[in-house]
Amino acid sequence: MARIDLDVNGKLHTIDVDADMPLLYALRNELSLNNPHFGCGLAQCGACTVHVDGQAVRSCMTPVSAVGNSKVVTLAGLGTPEKPHPVQKAFVEEQVPQCGYCLNGWIMTAAAFLERTKKPSDAQIREALSGLKCRCGTHMGILRAVKRAATMMG
Amino acid sequence: MTKMHQPLSRISRRSLLKAGGALVVSIGMPIAFDTVLRIGEAFAQGARPPLTPEQLSSYIAINADGTISAFLGKTDMGQGLFVAIGQMVAEELDVPFKAVTVIMGDTASSVNQGGASGSTGIQRGGRQLRMAAAEARRVLVEMAAARLGLPADALTVTDGVVHAKADASKKSSYAELIGGRYFNVELNWNKEYDNALYAPGKAQPKDWREHKIVGQPIAREDIAPKVYAQQDFCTDIKRPGMMHGRMIRPAVAGSVPVKIDESSIRDIPGTRVVWEKGFLGVVADKEWDAIKAAQKLKVEWSEAKPPFPDQTALYDHIRSAAVRKREVGGKETGNVDEAFKTAARVIEAEYEWPFQSHASMGPASAVVEIKDGQATLWTGSQKPHYARDGIAAMLHMPVDNVRAIWVPGPGSYGRNDAGDAAMDAAVLAKAAGRPVRVQYTRAQATGWDPKGPASIHRARAAIDASGNVVAYEFTSKGFSRLDVFSREGKPPDTLAGQLMGVAIRSGDAFRVPEESYEFANKRLAWETIAPLLGRASPLRTSHLRDPVGPQVHFASESFMDEVAAALGLDPIEFRLRHVKAGRDVAVIKAAAEKAGWRARPSPRKDQTGNTVSGRGIAYAQRSGTRVAIVAEVDIDRASGKIWARKFTVAHDCGQIINPDGLTHTIEGNIVQGTSRTLWEEVKFDANNVTSVDWMTYPILDIAESPETIDLVLINHPEVLPSGAGEPSTRPVAAAIANAIFDATGVRIRRVPFSPDRVKQALS
Repeated sequence: MARIDLDVNGKLHTIDVDADMPLLYALRNELSLNNPHFGCGLAQCGACTVHVDGQAVRSCMTPVSAVGNSKVVTLAGLGTPEKPHPVQKAFVEEQVPQCGYCLNGWIMTAAAFLERTKKPSDAQIREALSGLKCRCGTHMGILRAVKRAATMMG
Repeated sequence: MTKMHQPLSRISRRSLLKAGGALVVSIGMPIAFDTVLRIGEAFAQGARPPLTPEQLSSYIAINADGTISAFLGKTDMGQGLFVAIGQMVAEELDVPFKAVTVIMGDTASSVNQGGASGSTGIQRGGRQLRMAAAEARRVLVEMAAARLGLPADALTVTDGVVHAKADASKKSSYAELIGGRYFNVELNWNKEYDNALYAPGKAQPKDWREHKIVGQPIAREDIAPKVYAQQDFCTDIKRPGMMHGRMIRPAVAGSVPVKIDESSIRDIPGTRVVWEKGFLGVVADKEWDAIKAAQKLKVEWSEAKPPFPDQTALYDHIRSAAVRKREVGGKETGNVDEAFKTAARVIEAEYEWPFQSHASMGPASAVVEIKDGQATLWTGSQKPHYARDGIAAMLHMPVDNVRAIWVPGPGSYGRNDAGDAAMDAAVLAKAAGRPVRVQYTRAQATGWDPKGPASIHRARAAIDASGNVVAYEFTSKGFSRLDVFSREGKPPDTLAGQLMGVAIRSGDAFRVPEESYEFANKRLAWETIAPLLGRASPLRTSHLRDPVGPQVHFASESFMDEVAAALGLDPIEFRLRHVKAGRDVAVIKAAAEKAGWRARPSPRKDQTGNTVSGRGIAYAQRSGTRVAIVAEVDIDRASGKIWARKFTVAHDCGQIINPDGLTHTIEGNIVQGTSRTLWEEVKFDANNVTSVDWMTYPILDIAESPETIDLVLINHPEVLPSGAGEPSTRPVAAAIANAIFDATGVRIRRVPFSPDRVKQALS
């Protein structure tokens, strides 16, 4: 067991866990942040994606001890209905999800991508999101929403 | 207010209604006060009538503030069903859409309408809620008539206020009439449960010409809570004192644990092994400890004969296996065998479809709490009423002492792994004596969920000397689609039950093509074979979106294309010669027109170079709904990679309740159907399923999404709505196959059309 400090959604937490435990379980259980989801535990689907210092990271395979002083942001910390992130706003406007279990991956990855890539082409959007999974097949809506968000983020 | 509340408990529902519980007394009523009271008592009461299908209160309640609660014994898997139900209820009650909250999938607040099942959410579930809402309005108008001293036919309703047509000041609101009390009105129940449940009252629903809310593109209000991470999924449920459970499955399917070394996990705090016959799991106070313990526990497994054939021999196995049941769909037309004897020419083909996995986005989870003789299940199962029944049977508890609460799960397209997780959680919770949350791994989700069955399909057509089709025969042969029953309720239908030794049975079910081709002689049939492994098989089958529909129509609609090509006819022209139902013809024509289809036979022969393009059509019915799809695909000949670039879908499901929800539903079906066509195949070796993650069970990547999905939504408001949840997934594979043939002249008869297979076929 190790005492680990975590900076999550702007708040500092100290937890006592196995150093090799993935960040996902710290967020979900120790911090009761339900939004990052367990999808595969293999970094193959993205349902657990969070931002670590602005980068989209799969928390299911990131040891909690590797986070260090980095700032972690989850979907709940990205924006709120009152102060939405443009990607969240676009996902609501485009009515994207069916089950919605995969949303962390798409929204967190798209948000990080659009932060560093302004006015992306359709091909760039597809490339940036490649590898994430949505089983309900909402691909068309996701592409529409990310394009809409890209416009909002100029 | 979100339209899809977490289901209320029986108690909280009562307290919700109690707020305005006293009888409302109006002043200045022209008729005797006791008459009003009698009518009030006849129709309303404070205590809840029994939660049975013949009670109006089982479907509709008017809350103290005049808002409406609609109780649905079905569940929404993300296609927006609850919005459509809310629209139908609001329409019949003449209340604003926002006034209605649909509460789904809690056995304490709804009767068993079958859960999510066969695209019947609107078709059956909506029909019942519509009839119940119409009856509620009728009763409320009658109550108001008594209060206002006016005949019922002199009254109308605007936004939940009953008033005189001639004088809007003579009025009484729903809240005043019954708010906070329950309806005490009996419906005419047909004594059926599940999809067949139907209990109309005396009222007739509105004529479609009066609809104002039905048909509107109203948005889903559950999306924002998901996008802002404000809504819990099943996997997020936590209970006081809850332990975390993990299941342990064998490396060789069919083997069972014979020896457990509990000392191997003694160093992991708070863990316990739960072992009963073939059932083996661990529970721990901490989730990470449960994960570690499941990996670390030393288990000795029984010797088991490798149960599966070499995968390359799968279709030969199906071909040669004994037929367990054969059924001819509908009635044979003419005399097919005789007609083939006199044919000038016979066209024949055989098609193959692999096992496929639900591979839901997240592995299933479930929580069970057993306390004071009551058990509560939180589940993503799309059939919570049956999950409740199953747990009651497994725990030997009266059904009334078990409550199942549906909570949105990680995607559900039929009988996936959720039903198994629910039962596992019950067994673990009982053994642990504490609430247990079980969470499957990805390998368990893809490797051990019930599969869509593998099958072969033989088709032949007899052609006479003038080139007319005189006979058509289509026969499917495959694993039954119901090794485990889709209701996922009974112990024999769950892994836990099978592992603990209950008697099992594999049901026989398949289906024949649903279409309206007319030929003088026609026979559609299916044959089922025994499962490869009888008990606790990772290849056991059950319902996966549009159960065996994609299989059957991939074959039948590919074959129609083959016949058209053999006769040198344009594929649409050929279909229109033989398809007889008017609405079928209409979808085919609508798709062709929207896609800009130009008549010519396939294949086109004007392309050179590495990338070639083609177009293909396929059509099908499904339980009253008709869909025609034109697919346009690009094929990279060198890599064998297919890009299904554009789909044009014409869709007729009768009356459209919500075109927005319908659009999203169809888009999802097209993409998922494309995924199943191009990529999906459960791999296995002699010992076990080897498709255990997204690398070994690939699905359509977003980079491979179509460029365009064009829809033609044909609305028939005069026709009762049929389903849309699955039908548009049905013709996707054939449309793509036919487009590949159009582009290349090569007919691919085995799904999936993975790059290797396409490359091989083209070489």
